[in-house]
Amino acid sequence: MDLEKLHREESGRILSTLIGLLGDFDLAEEMLQEAYAAALEKWPVEGAPANPRAWLIGTARHKAIDRLRRAQRFERKAEEILKTAEISVLPESELEKEMVADDRLRLIFTCCHPSLPLEARVALTLRTVCGITTEEISRAFLVPLATMAQRLVRAKGKIREAGIPYRVPLEGELQDRVDGVLLVVYLIFNEGYLASSGDALIRRELCAEAIRLGRVLCGLLPQQAEARALLGLMLLHDSRRDARVSAERELVLLEEQDRSLWHAEQIREGTEFVEAALRRGAVGMYAVQASIAALHANAKTAKDTDWPQIAALYDVLLRTHASPVIEVNRAVAVAMARSVEAGLALLDEIERREQLEEFHLLPAARADLLRRLGRTAEAVEAYRRALTLATNDMERRFLRLRIAQIEMQNAPARKREARPASEGGPYNKVGS
Amino acid sequence: MEYLLLIYHSEAEGAKMSPADLSAMYGEYFKFTEEIKKSGNYIGGNPLKPTTTATTVRVRDAKKIVTDGPFAETKEQLGGYYLVEAKDLDQAISIAARIPGARFGSIEVRPILPRTQAVQA
Repeated sequence: MDLEKLHREESGRILSTLIGLLGDFDLAEEMLQEAYAAALEKWPVEGAPANPRAWLIGTARHKAIDRLRRAQRFERKAEEILKTAEISVLPESELEKEMVADDRLRLIFTCCHPSLPLEARVALTLRTVCGITTEEISRAFLVPLATMAQRLVRAKGKIREAGIPYRVPLEGELQDRVDGVLLVVYLIFNEGYLASSGDALIRRELCAEAIRLGRVLCGLLPQQAEARALLGLMLLHDSRRDARVSAERELVLLEEQDRSLWHAEQIREGTEFVEAALRRGAVGMYAVQASIAALHANAKTAKDTDWPQIAALYDVLLRTHASPVIEVNRAVAVAMARSVEAGLALLDEIERREQLEEFHLLPAARADLLRRLGRTAEAVEAYRRALTLATNDMERRFLRLRIAQIEMQNAPARKREARPASEGGPYNKVGS
Repeated sequence: MEYLLLIYHSEAEGAKMSPADLSAMYGEYFKFTEEIKKSGNYIGGNPLKPTTTATTVRVRDAKKIVTDGPFAETKEQLGGYYLVEAKDLDQAISIAARIPGARFGSIEVRPILPRTQAVQA
């Protein structure tokens, strides 16, 4: 038994069960660490137990009871835990599986409670549900370790002190709360997929964790069509992971990607989830975005992309989730579906409103359309503006490369072949 | 757990309400209070007179400093409160959401520090 692997894959599930049994995040975490320490000592000598997870839960629970007994004033609490004691030592049975699933769902809802700050929800979900270390989370979000640790401590403190319950919300409030959970999963994925900067390996991990969470939610909440849509969206975007960055670690635009590197099986699965979601009546933000992603992913070549339909879907998205960021995406789709001039006119209109002054993709999209119209001087100027706003190293390299290309070819300005500006990613980060 | 539900609203907006709207809202408050009394969640609660009647007191270097007005000038002012018993934060939130003032202003939900913990702290 590979303890490291068990720790990675199972600690979220084990921890959720322990929190369920002990009713205390910190105690559960501490006892689980002690149980792992005990396993490190015993398993190599005595051999691994038949059910390692049950062994760890049982050991952690016993350690918790010992600890609580030593502290006299918690005596009653220890008795309560003893009463629920036998559950965790049962062999892997259907009942246990079901309980673990329920614990996991409860934990997700607790970590994503709207009374916690959004960034704490994201961090706590990664730490507790996914079992990612505080150190890794701090690296992924480019936050000092101490700050991230503090954020987690505060969140756990609030759960305890404000009485945030450890349970699945009641029917009446379930829908709102599910939306909140999906948002956290979406943000985790976006952080991995778009990441403003940082360690590529950890970002990869974030995407994988978000997809794993998406699968768990679809399994546990089969009635939630939007959860399926979100899972489909993530699978479809992630299917391009090997094509969107070149061997030289340069960003490759959607149109220029080698489509043979796209993961066909993942596209098939993602598309199925999207279709299932639409059949069940999903019409929300994730469903529409996922439909757009499915159109991109299923186009045999860039030329085959159904831009008119993509533009129409952005119209739908704008009606329900009006945001200047989505308007930028729509303008690019219009440029491809109708004419570059029409798209550029829309972008100019957005720029005049000055709502997106910090958003590098607006000047980047303008630059690309200007370049295609042969207005190279204006294009270079817009690329430079995008460069001052972009924070992602890869995007910055890409923008510099574009400027260099234009400047090299730019004897007298001349018209060049049309190219889409969009990489096709989920640019519309919520809240931006 | 006990929670204090602090009702904040804009006094300026409230002053613009017609007598009919005001009396309708009092009726709603009365009904809501009866409901949470019946459900056993109610511990206490009161509306407050406007902040024009407020006085702020501080003692510095054993000297009493009395100033007019509320502690802080904000867009919304504390206009009343309920003290409720709730199973957990979710129940407290759902009670808070039923307070008529939640539709116009905001309700701050604050857990009460239990006496035993207060002694330890």
